[in-house]
Amino acid sequence: MSQSQSQSPSPSQGPSPTLAVKGPYLPTPGVFDEMMFPDGTVRPHWRTFASFLEQCSSSDLTSRADTIQRLLYDHGVTYNVFDDTLGTSRPWMLDVLPFLVSNADFQSVSTALSQRIRVLEAVLQDIYGPQRLIKENLLPPQLVYANPGFLRPVCGVNPPGGRFLNVYGCDLVRNPAGAWIVLADRTQSPASHGYTLENRTILGQVFQEEFHTSHVRRITDYFDLMRETLRGLSPLARRGDAGILMLTPGPRYETYFEHAFKARHLGFPLVECADLTVRDRRLWLKTLEGLKRVDVILRHIDDIDSDPLEMRGDRELGIPGLTEAWRSGSVALVNGLGTSLVETPALNPFLPGICRKLLGENLLIGSVPTWWCGQQRELQRVLDAPTRWVLKPAFARGARDPIFLDHLSRAELAQMLDRLRAAPQDWIAQERLTLSTAPTFSQGKVQPRSLVWRSLGLAVSGNQYNFLPGGLSRVSPEPDRWVVTMRSGGISKDTWVVSPDPLQSPPPPAPAPAVIRPARPPSGVPSRAADHLFWLGRYAERLEQTVRLLRASLNRVMGERSDVQTREDTACLALLTSTKLIPATATRLLDHLPDLMRDSSRPGSLPDLLSRIRFNAASARDRLSDDTWRLIHRMERDARLPAGAFLSTNAHSTLDTLILDLAAFGGMHLENVTRGHGWRFLELGRRLERASHCAALLSSAVTIGARDDSILPPLLEIFDSTMTYRRFHFARPPLAPAIHLLLMEETNPRSIGYQLKKLGQLVRHLPEDRNMDSTGAERGITDDLQSHLLAFPLSKLAEQPHLLLENHTRLCETLDKGLDSLSDTITERFFSHATRSIR
Amino acid sequence: MTAANLHPGAPTHHPHPTVRYRIIHRTTYTYESPVTVCHYLARLAPRALPGQECPWHEIHIRPEPVERATRMDYFGNTTLYFEIAGAHSKLEVISRSLVEVNNPDPVDPLRTPTWESLRDSCATSLKQSIFSASELTYPSSLVPTGPAFADYARPSFPAGRPILDGVSDLNRRINHDFLFDPKATDIATPVTKVLEQRRGVCQDFAQVMIACLRSLGLPARYVSGYLETRPPPGQERLIGADASHAWVSVFCGEQFGWIDADPTNNVLPSDRYVTVAWGRDFSDVSPLRGVTIGSGEQSLQVAVDVLPEGSD
Repeated sequence: MSQSQSQSPSPSQGPSPTLAVKGPYLPTPGVFDEMMFPDGTVRPHWRTFASFLEQCSSSDLTSRADTIQRLLYDHGVTYNVFDDTLGTSRPWMLDVLPFLVSNADFQSVSTALSQRIRVLEAVLQDIYGPQRLIKENLLPPQLVYANPGFLRPVCGVNPPGGRFLNVYGCDLVRNPAGAWIVLADRTQSPASHGYTLENRTILGQVFQEEFHTSHVRRITDYFDLMRETLRGLSPLARRGDAGILMLTPGPRYETYFEHAFKARHLGFPLVECADLTVRDRRLWLKTLEGLKRVDVILRHIDDIDSDPLEMRGDRELGIPGLTEAWRSGSVALVNGLGTSLVETPALNPFLPGICRKLLGENLLIGSVPTWWCGQQRELQRVLDAPTRWVLKPAFARGARDPIFLDHLSRAELAQMLDRLRAAPQDWIAQERLTLSTAPTFSQGKVQPRSLVWRSLGLAVSGNQYNFLPGGLSRVSPEPDRWVVTMRSGGISKDTWVVSPDPLQSPPPPAPAPAVIRPARPPSGVPSRAADHLFWLGRYAERLEQTVRLLRASLNRVMGERSDVQTREDTACLALLTSTKLIPATATRLLDHLPDLMRDSSRPGSLPDLLSRIRFNAASARDRLSDDTWRLIHRMERDARLPAGAFLSTNAHSTLDTLILDLAAFGGMHLENVTRGHGWRFLELGRRLERASHCAALLSSAVTIGARDDSILPPLLEIFDSTMTYRRFHFARPPLAPAIHLLLMEETNPRSIGYQLKKLGQLVRHLPEDRNMDSTGAERGITDDLQSHLLAFPLSKLAEQPHLLLENHTRLCETLDKGLDSLSDTITERFFSHATRSIR
Repeated sequence: MTAANLHPGAPTHHPHPTVRYRIIHRTTYTYESPVTVCHYLARLAPRALPGQECPWHEIHIRPEPVERATRMDYFGNTTLYFEIAGAHSKLEVISRSLVEVNNPDPVDPLRTPTWESLRDSCATSLKQSIFSASELTYPSSLVPTGPAFADYARPSFPAGRPILDGVSDLNRRINHDFLFDPKATDIATPVTKVLEQRRGVCQDFAQVMIACLRSLGLPARYVSGYLETRPPPGQERLIGADASHAWVSVFCGEQFGWIDADPTNNVLPSDRYVTVAWGRDFSDVSPLRGVTIGSGEQSLQVAVDVLPEGSD
């Protein structure tokens, strides 16, 4: 780091004692550093940012880094939402310091990569067509025919839209001479758009001023262009219908966050395979109102997993018939099927020749020097001096860590070389590269770290390609690490394309023709999304009921206990056992409370319910507001008890906080969501769950209350109806008025009567007519339940405790059964739970 | 059945009479609970080949598909795509074909080139016919290659042995060493396990043999088809005659082309065989492959009749 001396900072002054950050930023000697020349001066395009850094104290950077962590947390950014093996999601790592690329560098890389996409497109068109490259000896046959990425069902297909590659991603590194070269091509479903956007959003907030003074190019134009380009592929979208969807394998996949984020930004609905079906060789979305045509899919699912009928990947995934629909021309896939073929690293050594042959041009950008061991001479070179090389599978499927031959023991090396000799064609060897370094803020210091830059491009028209001015950069977590992937704990960076000289900064983008953002299709809620929203409502409500029940019970065991408290505690215990939250043999709440609040493997425990809430929320992520998502994250954080001994006072305040969080969740849903079908199904879930939970609780409580009316105060507390009750009855509550308040009083938003009234209103607005027979079945059920409730002769029974108990129990059973059948009817009519089998 | 074992200099008149077969292949799925949507690929149409013609073929499907589309797949097999919509508890696919078979004289194994020369030319030659055969030397999803298969195959391929002679010996050894046992394997049994347990059905026999040949660098493909149901007088009824059958085809050089071998019956196939499809392994040629939406168990019934119509 250098000291600021007017326009031309000179670093040779050494660290200044007053500026902690600028202190010793010492690039590794002999390694290309992105910010500094070998002589220690700052590269021109970094100067503005470097002079800012100089004025920055270490604590300033630390506080900005903390802000980033908080924002990431609040936005719920993760790399691995549901890695079951880790049990937790891994937070996304974002360095406080951006990586800066000069606009000139960016332009020349974009030109070179545009050519590279054209070459890769030409390879795909040839290999899935006439295969001249093989016949004319430009590509060894084995590289294609033995390549699992070569998908024979794709041969002969004319990809709708005219190309295989509409989007492209590329990992770039610098070679020791300082030139950018390609480390890996990402073609089948290039990811990172969502993370790039998120990183920029956050860094833009943290460095508002520096962002402007550094003349950083905007990235949002690129996304507008992407949206327009995809619309250009979709005849349906051009007609004004929603024909474009984004396809994700689902929330259990590591980069799901990014799919959801990108979908929301682009304004295309995010769907999973089960939402789609092929009919008449066309693709359709299953919505609550029936099938809707789809003609463009932005896919985030691997080639091999995309169609269980013709491809042979994961049988849980894919859309049967998708290949045939694509082949027939009725749906464009972005990118086309079979594109994983050109991710094969073994293609690298052949690309220069292919480029000359197919395009008549010299290849503008090289790759990391690569040898394919399937060739005798190349194999021999590797065997002659093995420790110089890094081995990787030639036909990569999924990311696998490279094998550093010089890291192996003698025995391991011998074993590895035997494997290589036995199947040389399965391996490539790459020279070990020393990557360039970029300044990274780590442990309170700015330190050099190895860097990989993911660049993202888009086919616009003809031979025109457009690149995102920026991209996702990653640096290694430790010095001297060669592997820089998020999977192996890498740290991401925002990438700034800057013009160091303000005079040469690109003109502000011409005012774009007013782009009207595609509105979400009016309704068109995928059945699966409605299903998840319904269950999100149910689980959120179940959580609230559980928390209220636990809190009311806990209130009775804390502090000095009066006789009344002891009696109420016994009654609560009976209520808890009746709900099966604790075993019938339980004698003390505190024996079970720690597990109920901490053990996620215990069904019905708070962590269990929260993980169900998170799964359903994540599965409908693109239909929930950011605030709602933040709340769900907050609930998870708030539900965590302090480590160490279990203190009931901690438990109590945790339960208190959760009640407030849940109230916020309910309020958000009530006040901030448009009354579409998405809202309706979540609301249905909540009301149904509350009604059926209340019915079960009341039934038990009345049974207990018939023996001992100590149950009533806690019961009223659980129903949040203590205040209301007191307004009517000042004395200790007798049973019958309490039943009236909780069961029948339609103005009490906690009563069963109120839930039934709401359910009755909700089902009147369900989507009509998908199945003539069952239209109105839901209405029938709610009407029926309401009339049962109205007919309940409470005042007559009040004087006859025995009859009251018997009739009440029967009523609760009727309600319970009716509510179950309402849930089943909705499930059957609107959600697709069908399983799939293959033979 | 052989695709290209006509060679230059073969007599132009047919020394054998043409045999006509009427083939009925009936597949029935019964579902325990009704399924709503299904998508299928059928490879049921006999191929047209030198020595085999299929003047007539039709596929009858119940319930009536909402969509049908026919195309040639990568290996030149006629492939029918169809969709069925609406709840049904039974699916019936009946394929009827008329096939005329007339095979030339069998090739004398001793005249075929040595196996090593085949292996080497496949590894290096850029001639179209040879490198397209070389595609069949690589492992495929159901047929891996490896030392265990090479070790088993090696005794049949001593140095300098003509390829077809070696194939014929390997054919005989697999037939001898492996027990035909329908209970031992299912569709999912890996071929490595078949090699260990030495038992299985025709599909397993064929895939073991292919794995052996490819592990030596020789091109071999998987063939599906039919056998004549009733043997001619005086001959034995062959295994696999009441269902669709599977065997192997080996590339024996440009002059002789692809020559078939049936390890299940230890024969080099003749007129009694009808070829339907070929590919790298079973997954490329499965007669009927489908994905259904619905739950519950299902049962499958297959019946094949291959009846000679007399000769001309």
